[in-house]
Amino acid sequence: MSHAPTGVIERPTPASPTPKSSLGSRSLPRLAPLGFAVVSVALGIGIPLAAGWHSRIQWGMLSALFFLAISYVVTTIVENQRQARDRLATSVMWVCFLIAVVPLASLLWTTIVRGAERLDGYFLTHSMAGVLGSEHSGGVYHALIGTLEQVGIATVISVPFGLLTAVYLVEYGKGTLAKAVTFFVDVMTGIPSIVAGLFILSIMLIASIEPSGLMGALALAILMVPVVVRSTEEMLKLVPNELREASLALGIPKWRTILKVVLPTAIGGITTGVMLAIARIAGETAPIILLVFGSQLINTNPFEGAQSSLPFYIYEQYRIGEAASYDRAWAAALVLIAFVMILNLVARGIARWKAPKTGR
Amino acid sequence: MAKRIDISGLSAFYGNHKAIEDISMTVEPRSVTAFIGPSGCGKSTFLRTLNRMHEVTPGGRVEGKVLLDDENLYDSNVDPVTVRRTVGMVFQRPNPFPTMSIFDNVAAGLRLNGSYRKSELNDVVEKSLRGANLWNEVKDRLNKPGSGLSGGQQQRLCIARAIAVEPQVLLMDEPCSALDPISTLAIEDLIGELKERFTIVIVTHNMQQAARVSDRTAFFNLAAVGKPGRLIEIDETERIFSNPSVQATEDYISGRFG
Ligand SMILES: Nc1ncnc2c1ncn2[C@@H]1O[C@H](COP(=O)(O)OP(=O)(O)O)[C@@H](O)[C@H]1O
Ligand SMILES: [Mg+2]
Repeated sequence: MSHAPTGVIERPTPASPTPKSSLGSRSLPRLAPLGFAVVSVALGIGIPLAAGWHSRIQWGMLSALFFLAISYVVTTIVENQRQARDRLATSVMWVCFLIAVVPLASLLWTTIVRGAERLDGYFLTHSMAGVLGSEHSGGVYHALIGTLEQVGIATVISVPFGLLTAVYLVEYGKGTLAKAVTFFVDVMTGIPSIVAGLFILSIMLIASIEPSGLMGALALAILMVPVVVRSTEEMLKLVPNELREASLALGIPKWRTILKVVLPTAIGGITTGVMLAIARIAGETAPIILLVFGSQLINTNPFEGAQSSLPFYIYEQYRIGEAASYDRAWAAALVLIAFVMILNLVARGIARWKAPKTGR
Repeated sequence: MAKRIDISGLSAFYGNHKAIEDISMTVEPRSVTAFIGPSGCGKSTFLRTLNRMHEVTPGGRVEGKVLLDDENLYDSNVDPVTVRRTVGMVFQRPNPFPTMSIFDNVAAGLRLNGSYRKSELNDVVEKSLRGANLWNEVKDRLNKPGSGLSGGQQQRLCIARAIAVEPQVLLMDEPCSALDPISTLAIEDLIGELKERFTIVIVTHNMQQAARVSDRTAFFNLAAVGKPGRLIEIDETERIFSNPSVQATEDYISGRFG
C-alpha cells in the first residue's frame, strides 16, 4: 500500500477482474493425510510382498518412510515449502506416536485375549491348594489376597511418611537438613527393588524373622516412599502462595493452614500420585520372592507365614511350563493389569471430584 | 474496638536488601489512611509489617516498633498469629480459597481458629457478607464455590472473610487494582462504611481513589533507584492534594513523575 505524500483525494480503485484473495492459496483437503497413509501402507505392504519379504516390522518401517516421503513431496508440489515442512513435522510426530502405542496396544490385546480364557469366578475365588501344575483348575485367590494385603500395608506405612516428608520439604524445610532429605529421596528413587528386598532380608537374617507378607510390604514401602514424596512435593508447590498468605493473614496458625487450606487444594494431585505409586509397587516380584517366599495356600494373615502375590504367581505359573499353567499366568496378568487400571480410574475420579471448583 | 497504630523507626529487609527505612507515623483509629507513592517504594512491604506478614516471606526481617494501642507487635512475647487476628488484610488479587464454598470462605477464619459456636456461625457469615455489601448477590448460592464469582464479588468476599474474624484494623493492598470501575466504586463505598468500625489502611495507585476515600494520606518515595523507600510526608488528605509541604509530593500528585 503506497499513499501519495500529497493530500490528494484517492480515486477508488476499480475492483480487480479476478476476485482472487491474496491471502488464500492452494491447499490440500483436510483428509489428505489419511489418503497418504492409505497409499503408503499399501505400498509398504505391497512392495515387500512382491519382493518376498514377510517381516511385519519391515512392512511397518517401509510404510512409515513412504508416509513421510509422500506427504512431504505432495505438499511441496501442491502447497509450498513451508507447509511441507510443517506437514513433515506433524507426520514424524504421528509416526513416533504409533511406534510408542502399537506395542502397548498389542500387549494389552494379547493379555486380554489370552487371559480371558481362564478368567472367571472360579479362578478368582480358588487357590492352588492341591492343584497339579498341569491340571486345568486352581485359581488366583491366594495371590490376590497377598497382593491386596502387602500393597495395603505398604501404602499405610508409606503414605503418611511420604506426605509428612513432602510437607516438611515444601512448607518448612530450608538449609542443610532439607537438602539432605531431598538428596536421600533422590537416591531412594533409584533403588532397584531387589536391593530393597535384600536390605529387609539382611534385617530378617540378623533378627531371625520368618518370611511373611509384612516383610514384603516393608520392602515395597521403601520403594513407595520416594515416589509419594516426589509427587506430593510437586503438587504442594503448585498451590499458590497467595492462598497460604490469605489464610495466615486471617490469624490461622501455620499448621492449620497447611492442613485445612494447602492440603485440600492439592489433594486431587496427591491422590493421583499415591495411586500411581501403588500401581508401581503392585507389580514388584523380587522382594516377594525374597521376603514373602510364595505359597499355594490361602494365608489371610500378612503378619505370619508365607503368602503369594500376583506378580509372584505369574512368575511361578510361567516356570511350571505346562499349557494349563501358562493359561493361569495370563489370567493372573490380566487380573494385575485390571487392578492397576481400576486404581488409575479411581485416582482420576478422585482428582476430578476434589479439584478446586470453578463452576458458577 | 478500632485501634491506633504508632510506628517508630521501622525498617524492613529482604535478606540483606533494605526495602524501607526508618519510617515513623501514626495511623488514627476509625479513619482511612491511604499510602501512595511510585511502584517499588515499599508500600506493600510497609503494610505487611503492620500485621507481621512480612516475616512470612523468606528472609523477611523487621527493625523498629509498631505500637498497637501501646502494645509493641514486635515484642518477643507477642504471637504473630494473635496479631493477624487483630489486624486483618485484603490482598491485591482476590484470593478466595478454591476448595471452599462462599459460606465456608467467610466462615474459614472462625472455623480454622476453632473459636466459635455452631449457632453463631450462620449469623456471623450473614453479618460479614452484609458488611461487605455482598449478601444480596450471593444469599441464594452460599454453597457454590467462591471462585465462581466475578472479580469484584470475589474481592468483596475476601473483605467479608477478613471482617468475619472481627479485626480491629484492616489493611488493604491495592484492593481495586484488578477490578472494573463499578466494582471499584462498590468497594470504595464499602470502605466508607467500614471505617465506622475499623481502622483502615489502604495502598492505592489511584490518586482520585486516595482523595475520595481517605482521611489522611502518606506519600512514600525512593531516595534513588536501589535505595530503600522512605516516608516523605503524611497529612490530612485535603492538604496533601491541595498544598503539600514537600515538592516531591506535589510533583508526584500532579503526575510529573512516578
Ligand atoms: N519477596 C521479595 N523478595 C525480595 N525483595 C522484594 C520482595 N518483595 C518486594 N521486594 C523489594 O522490596 C521493594 C519494595 O517493594 P514493594 O513493597 O512491593 O513496593 P510497592 O508495593 O510500593 O510497589 C522493591 O525494591 C522490591 O524489589
Ligand atoms: Mg505493592
